[in-house]
Amino acid sequence: MKSTQEIYNLLKEKFQEKVIQHLNTLPKEEVIEVRPESINEIVEFLRDDKELHFDNLILLSGVDDANGSKNKLEDGTEEITGGTLSVYYHIESMDLRHKLVLKVSAPRENPEVESIYDVYGCANWHEREAFDMLGIIFKNHPDLTRILMPYDWEFGYPLRKDYRNPEFYQGMKVPY
Amino acid sequence: MALKTEEMVLNMGPQHPSTHGVLRLEIELDGEIIINVKPHIGYLHRCFEKHCEAMTYPQIIPYVDRMDYLASIYNEFGYAVAVERLLDIKVPERVEYIRVIMGELQRIASHTVAIGTYGLDIGAFTPFLFLFRDREKILSLFEMTCGARLLYNYIWVGGVSHDLHPNFLRQTKEFINYFKPIITEINNLLTYNKIFIERTANVGILPLDAAINYGITGPNLRASGLKWDLRRDDPYSIYDRFDFEIPVGKGWMGTVGDCWDRYYLRILEMEQSLKILEQAIEQIPDGDITSAIPKRIKPPEGQIYARVENPRGELGYFIMSKGGLQPWRVKVKAPSFVNMSIFGDLCRGHLIADVVAILGSIDIVLGEVDR
Amino acid sequence: MGLLDREFTEDNIVISKVDDFLNWGRLSSLWQVGFGLACCAIEMMATSASHYDFDRFGVIPRPTPRQCDVIIISGTVTFKMATRVKRLYEQMPDPKYVISMGSCANCGGPYWEHGYHVLKGVDRVIPVDVYVPGCPPRPEALLEGLMKLQEKIRNESLVKKAIV
Ligand code: SF4
Repeated sequence: MKSTQEIYNLLKEKFQEKVIQHLNTLPKEEVIEVRPESINEIVEFLRDDKELHFDNLILLSGVDDANGSKNKLEDGTEEITGGTLSVYYHIESMDLRHKLVLKVSAPRENPEVESIYDVYGCANWHEREAFDMLGIIFKNHPDLTRILMPYDWEFGYPLRKDYRNPEFYQGMKVPY
Repeated sequence: MALKTEEMVLNMGPQHPSTHGVLRLEIELDGEIIINVKPHIGYLHRCFEKHCEAMTYPQIIPYVDRMDYLASIYNEFGYAVAVERLLDIKVPERVEYIRVIMGELQRIASHTVAIGTYGLDIGAFTPFLFLFRDREKILSLFEMTCGARLLYNYIWVGGVSHDLHPNFLRQTKEFINYFKPIITEINNLLTYNKIFIERTANVGILPLDAAINYGITGPNLRASGLKWDLRRDDPYSIYDRFDFEIPVGKGWMGTVGDCWDRYYLRILEMEQSLKILEQAIEQIPDGDITSAIPKRIKPPEGQIYARVENPRGELGYFIMSKGGLQPWRVKVKAPSFVNMSIFGDLCRGHLIADVVAILGSIDIVLGEVDR
Repeated sequence: MGLLDREFTEDNIVISKVDDFLNWGRLSSLWQVGFGLACCAIEMMATSASHYDFDRFGVIPRPTPRQCDVIIISGTVTFKMATRVKRLYEQMPDPKYVISMGSCANCGGPYWEHGYHVLKGVDRVIPVDVYVPGCPPRPEALLEGLMKLQEKIRNESLVKKAIV
């Protein structure tokens, strides 16, 4: 069992500037932030290293940080430009009993993150969901299509904070 | 000269009695052999996560119910555990016991549906009727306590909404005594039925390494042979006080991790749930149930991931707070969603008739797959 | 109709209107599309299973819409599903009836405000005969809804209404 601090030191030593920082000021969960283009090699190392052996991806969640500049539109809604979208990875080791939270952030306008589907099988669907809901693009993903929303949904990504409902979809009224 | 064959694409669902809801499968066939299955989900996507961002913490509980509608109590349980950890609330003893009793009753109710509809898929109608009869008994226990049959809004952050009815413990005891012989009956009726075994043993084998790689949890993972149960391995609430076993798949009728193992594991789990229930009823203390319910829930900025062992696997809530009355982001690890993602691999190389058998054995609830 | 309440001692002749006779036949064996959408579907299943026994009203779930008289929309209709629901309805032979079960199918239910992917009421795509309120409606409520539908069928007529 290793603490997040120990793992951070290990990672920092091995990957140097690809590991950005260790966030431990907020309550409950410590997070290690890494670069979006190197997340694949980092989780692969975390999985294959004998001492760490993170064999299970618990959860992959996309989050809209909504930290860009907000400008009001005429109809009262908001539009956000700039800022970042983030992805959180909760991984654990089932035999060594330790957990870790990783985070990557990518710019909102071009949110590209390396896919980790070849390291953890279940990441495939989780990544498709994050793409569907937030528009995060996972590079090298084999089949990055919408998963929950209809394939022909062209009104944006519903979990972004500035998402606006369309009036009609295929002739059906959307608002109440 | 070799015969030329052509592949055929068969569409199954979204309206199909054996897809357990609205699931569409696109099956590629070579004769009767499955080459590839592509599940299309999202037909029941009800925007749970968007609702969370617009609701206050207590308002979310009814939506949580509607996710996995066969195990509502457990969804609330998981959510309450997550928010309580975020707020550092300690709930009273009696509440913990009530939660465990309700949770285990719900587990039995959920497994009866899983087993009953599995029999229905394979072609056995009687177990379905028998088990729904018994499920009604559990539902009436819930109804007595909180007034609802299916979606309860019962477990609140820091407590529960109503105390137990004075008759509840007696009737639960009666139910336990009633249900024990039923398990034997179901075993005789379905489990050891020759046709049933032929249809399910050695079908849809899930090897352990693939299961871990795909993050499969719950009975499906245990049927593949790993003793991993969050009630033991990451204890929450008061599960560390009870004495129960964690059954694992042994390949009783065929190979470890086949459909029959997954099915039989649910029966064994019901027995263990009865065991937990008996102990909890013995030990439940008197006391207050509402003292720890906070007046206003406003967690500090931070994030938490908390998980519980739902009847279908690991149900986890990732809650991110930015200090407001509403959460900034709630993401659910839905066991059915994850379990469903391996379905294509499980089916490959089997006959078309086995699709139904495999799908029933992984026991998904579409409300949770799509949220 | 009251026909079956009385017992005949001998063979007998019953005189009835064609309307009544046909309607009686139709309302006593309403076959339902075996089709569930969401949480309400579980209550629908419970209604057809042993305790509440839908069968005594002549309701049997059929796997294909082409053999059915009534479709019970049991649960949330999403946009992805709405086109399929419409297709199912169109595949049913006339005369066909629709029971909308639960708040979701009636008006969007708990998802009316923020449900960006939920159709707010199935009556936006297909015509509905009976609305059963509740979230979820109890099996008794569904039985009541069915009886309301039977009442509606009982009062139908083969005679063309004169256009005044
Ligand atoms: S009305 Fe309620 S119980 Fe029925 S489908 Fe909608 S949310 Fe579920």
